[in-house]
Amino acid sequence: MRIGSLRRTEIVYGYAFILPIVLGFALFLLGPIVYAFIMSFSNWSLMNDLEFVGADNYIRALTEDPVLWTTLRNTLYFSAGMVPINIVVALLLALLLRRKLPGIGLFRTAIFTPVVVSFVVWSIVWKFIFATDGGLVNLLVRQFGGTDIPWLYSMTWTMPVVILVSALKNVGMNMVIFLGALQTVPTSYYEAAKIDGASPWKAFRSITLPLISPAIFLTTIITIIGSLKVFGQVYVMTQGGPGTSTYVMVYYIYRLAFRSFEFGYASTIAFILFFIILLLTIVQWQLRRKWVHYEQ
Amino acid sequence: MNNKGIVGQIWIYAGLTVVSLGMLFPFFWMVTTSLKPESAVFQFPPQWLPNPPVWQNYADIFTKMPFGSYFFNSVYIAVIVTAGTGLVAAMAGYSFAKMQYPLRNPIFLILLSGMMIPTEVTAIPLFTWMSELGWVDTHIPLILPPMLGAGAIFGAFIVRQFFITIPDELDEAAKLDGCSPIQTFRYIMLPLAVPALATVSIFTFLDRWNEFFDPLIYLNTKELFTLPIGLALLTTDAGVDWPLLLAASTVATLPLLIVFFMAQNKFVEGISNTGLK
Repeated sequence: MRIGSLRRTEIVYGYAFILPIVLGFALFLLGPIVYAFIMSFSNWSLMNDLEFVGADNYIRALTEDPVLWTTLRNTLYFSAGMVPINIVVALLLALLLRRKLPGIGLFRTAIFTPVVVSFVVWSIVWKFIFATDGGLVNLLVRQFGGTDIPWLYSMTWTMPVVILVSALKNVGMNMVIFLGALQTVPTSYYEAAKIDGASPWKAFRSITLPLISPAIFLTTIITIIGSLKVFGQVYVMTQGGPGTSTYVMVYYIYRLAFRSFEFGYASTIAFILFFIILLLTIVQWQLRRKWVHYEQ
Repeated sequence: MNNKGIVGQIWIYAGLTVVSLGMLFPFFWMVTTSLKPESAVFQFPPQWLPNPPVWQNYADIFTKMPFGSYFFNSVYIAVIVTAGTGLVAAMAGYSFAKMQYPLRNPIFLILLSGMMIPTEVTAIPLFTWMSELGWVDTHIPLILPPMLGAGAIFGAFIVRQFFITIPDELDEAAKLDGCSPIQTFRYIMLPLAVPALATVSIFTFLDRWNEFFDPLIYLNTKELFTLPIGLALLTTDAGVDWPLLLAASTVATLPLLIVFFMAQNKFVEGISNTGLK
């Protein structure tokens, strides 16, 4: 009898303890995503009341909205540049930093520092460094006899600069994740390889790489997802320009929803982004399942 | 150690020094520029160190913009959300790890799936709801949804993973001694979870201190701005006053850097332990 009432108490308190987080999930995550999906089939805006238009928004987006394709192309350009630089540099640094040399922690701290600061501050400083008229980069270019390059006002250079600045900001994050993965590789494997006369490159190819490849793939997917949502650095450094050369998807969603107040169509574009992210997340889950199984 | 090994080590140190200095250079340039008068900023050849350093910019940020308000708003919003998220995450994490009730694990998995919902998508309906409630241009949308949303779920996950490693006997002993579930949680479990909660707090505070999208869409009144939006909007003005802006950026970044250098192991461990799980 007493056991039964204790059991009931635990059930009641168990639910009570998760009540705030479940409410938060319902009100601020599940509710909005369902509502956004419904809105994406309407022409709701500041001008129009909510009125359903079927799949018109999706048809408009995919067949007659050149801006969407521009922003999609720019976003993919950003990802294609940022993700490989970030992953390769992070991996190289992790390989150097995993050695137990005196003072190595200082380097880890230094490289991780940009991760802590806000994208806004980081972008402001780099915008200043890449300023056309008297920014540090151009001062150095002048010192070597060159002429000023309009880094942030050029169809060619602006996106590469944004890519570089973004990759540097978060390289420390992935480096730390790779360091964690490298620590799980048993040192005895390397000793055995050394005895067998394997070169360091061979040991990297045949031991390190296969053992940390799950970490590399998962980190890559997380980084891709993050890169598809690029916004803050574009807002601060370029405002999508010059022309539309850095006009990315989230910037387009922001302009549609919160500058033109076209809530319906903005939701449609947001959902197209969400579908892409969902697809990548499913790939990630599948790979993770496979690897967890493989590790067991 | 043979010669080849030493040469190799020198190369490693050299490479790491170059990379580290490169990563820290923007901070150096931010601080030194903030100590220059505007006339010296674009000087050719570049002035590497301010000569002499000018502190006027640091006084000007408080008179030429409502910097004090930006700073205060950032601090109090980040502190409230961090405290709230910590409490919500601790309660849920404890419940998911230690209490037995129907549908516990399915509920947990459903909540976890919420973490992949992009805020860029949910922001649109939330904005329309907040404006119905008359909460646009207030701090409520910057506090309530983040406190109970994806950040809290991430926190609950970390706390749960932590409590799973604590033996059940502790919980049972407290129960036999007549502790109510709330007492057990408050006096036995919560003190134990301090390391996990420190990780959660660091991530939450950092995330909120740096948040840009939410204040950008919700706030119109300058006095309500937080630091990131206050700073960002200065860059879009024509004719940016760089030393002033970089002085403001320095003050906005300093608290973060101090906390980071003091607790950097906590940051790094937090990421290696949670980054891939």
